[in-house]
Amino acid sequence: MFVTAINIITGFSIYEYLTGIRGYVILTSHLGYLLKGALLTLKITALSVAFGMILGLFFGLFKMSGSRLMRFFAAIYIDFFRGTPLFVQILLMYFGVLPLIMDKPAPFQAAVITCSLNSGAYIAEIVRAGIQAVDKGQMEAARSLGMTHVQAMWMVILPQAYKIVIPPLINEFIMLLKDTSLVSTIAAEELTHRGRLVYSTYYEAVWIWGGVAMIYLVMTKVLSVLGDFAERRLATE
Amino acid sequence: MIEVRDLHKSFGQLKVLKGINCHIKPKEVVCVIGPSGSGKSTFLRCINQLEQVDSGQIFIDGQELTNPQTDINKIRQQLGMVFQLFNLFPHRTTLQNITMAPVRIKGMNKKTAEDLGMELLRKVGLVEKAAVFPAQLSGGQKQRVAIARALAMQPKAMLFDEPTSSLDPEMVGEVLAVMKELALEGMTMVVVTHEMGFAREVADRVLFMDEGLIIEEGLPSQIFDNPQNARTQSFLSKVL
Repeated sequence: MFVTAINIITGFSIYEYLTGIRGYVILTSHLGYLLKGALLTLKITALSVAFGMILGLFFGLFKMSGSRLMRFFAAIYIDFFRGTPLFVQILLMYFGVLPLIMDKPAPFQAAVITCSLNSGAYIAEIVRAGIQAVDKGQMEAARSLGMTHVQAMWMVILPQAYKIVIPPLINEFIMLLKDTSLVSTIAAEELTHRGRLVYSTYYEAVWIWGGVAMIYLVMTKVLSVLGDFAERRLATE
Repeated sequence: MIEVRDLHKSFGQLKVLKGINCHIKPKEVVCVIGPSGSGKSTFLRCINQLEQVDSGQIFIDGQELTNPQTDINKIRQQLGMVFQLFNLFPHRTTLQNITMAPVRIKGMNKKTAEDLGMELLRKVGLVEKAAVFPAQLSGGQKQRVAIARALAMQPKAMLFDEPTSSLDPEMVGEVLAVMKELALEGMTMVVVTHEMGFAREVADRVLFMDEGLIIEEGLPSQIFDNPQNARTQSFLSKVL
C-alpha cells in the first residue's frame, strides 16, 4: 500500500527508486535548468575576475607605493577582505551595506561587488609578488634610460610580471568560481542555488549534488586548461 | 661636463662615500679602479641618481642633479648607463630593446628609431641579431646590445658599471673593443672596471678609490707605472 502511494504521488515505481533511474531522470530533465544556473555562475565569476584584476592591479601597486597613506589604505583593504569569510562579506554587503546606498539591491549586484572586492584583495598580493619577482635591475635599466617610475612599470616591469602571475592568477580564478556558490545564500540563482531548489523538491542527494559538483568540475577544468595554454604560449616567446 | 662636489653616501650605518670630488671634462675617458667595497659602483650610480646621495652636489653641464627641482628623468636621458648584468628587457627583441626608449620617451618616429637602432647594431656588430630575444644572446652580445640601447638615447656621456665583470673571459675583448671605439669617437665616459689593460690603454685619467675616497688620480702611466700612494701600490701589486 505504501509503495503504491509513492507510486501514485511521484510517478515513479519502487524499482525506479532502488536502481537510481529516478535520480538519473530527474537530473537529466533538470540539466538545462542547472546549466542556466552555471551560466550565471560563470557570469558572476567573469565579472568579478575582471573587476578583481583592476582592483588587484591598483591595490597591489598602492601596496608598494612610496606614499605611506596609499600603503596604509591598501593594507586595510587587503586585510579586511582576506581576513574575513567571504560568506560573511556577502551577507554584510547584501543586507547591510548595499541597502544603505541603493534601493532594493539585486542579489546579482551584491554577488559581483562582493566577489570582485574579495578577489581584488587576493590578486593585489599576487600582483605585488609578481612585480617583486622581476629583477631589480630591470627597473634600474629603465630608469637609467630616462623613463619615469610609472613608464618603467608599464613598459618594462608589468609585461614581465604578468607571465609570473599567470599560475597563481588561474588558481585564484578557480577558487573564485567555486566560492561563488556562497552567493546562493542571498538567492542569486546560480548553480548551487538551483541545485538546492531541485534537491529540495526531489531529495535525490547523490544525483543532484553529484551532478552539480560535476558541472563545477567541468568549469574549473576548462579554466585550468586555458591557464596551461596561456602559460605555454607565453613561455615560447 | 660632470662635476661632483663633496659627495657623501651611507647605506644604514655603513659609510660608502666619504667626500668625493671630481670633475670630468667633455670627451674625457675616466676609469675608476679600486678594491671591491671601495665605493666605485656607488659613486657611478650616484652620478645618475640611481642612488640618492646624502650630501654633496652633482652637476651635469651646469645643471644640478642633486637639486630636488631638477627633472631627473630629463638628465638621465643624457647619461647612458651600462650595467654589470646587462639588464636587457627579456620580453623585447634586441631591436625593440634599443628603440623602446627613443620612441616612447623622446617621441621619436618609429621608423627613424628603427633605422637608428639598426645603425647602432651595425656599430656593435650585431645586425643579424636584431629580431632575436636577449635569452638567445651570449653574455658579450648582450652587453653590446646594452651599449647600443644606451647610445640610442644619444647621451652626452656614458657610465659603465663593471661592464665586463660578469662575462666569460673570451667575451671580454669584444665588449672592450666596442667601448674603445666609442672612446675614440670622443664620447665622454666614466668606466668602473677591473680591466687594467683597458684602463691603461684607453683612459685619459685613472681614479683609484679606496674606502669611499679617491685616493689617487692621474694619467694611466702615472698610476700604473709610478703610483705614489701606498694603498694604490699594494692594490696594483695584487692585480697586475
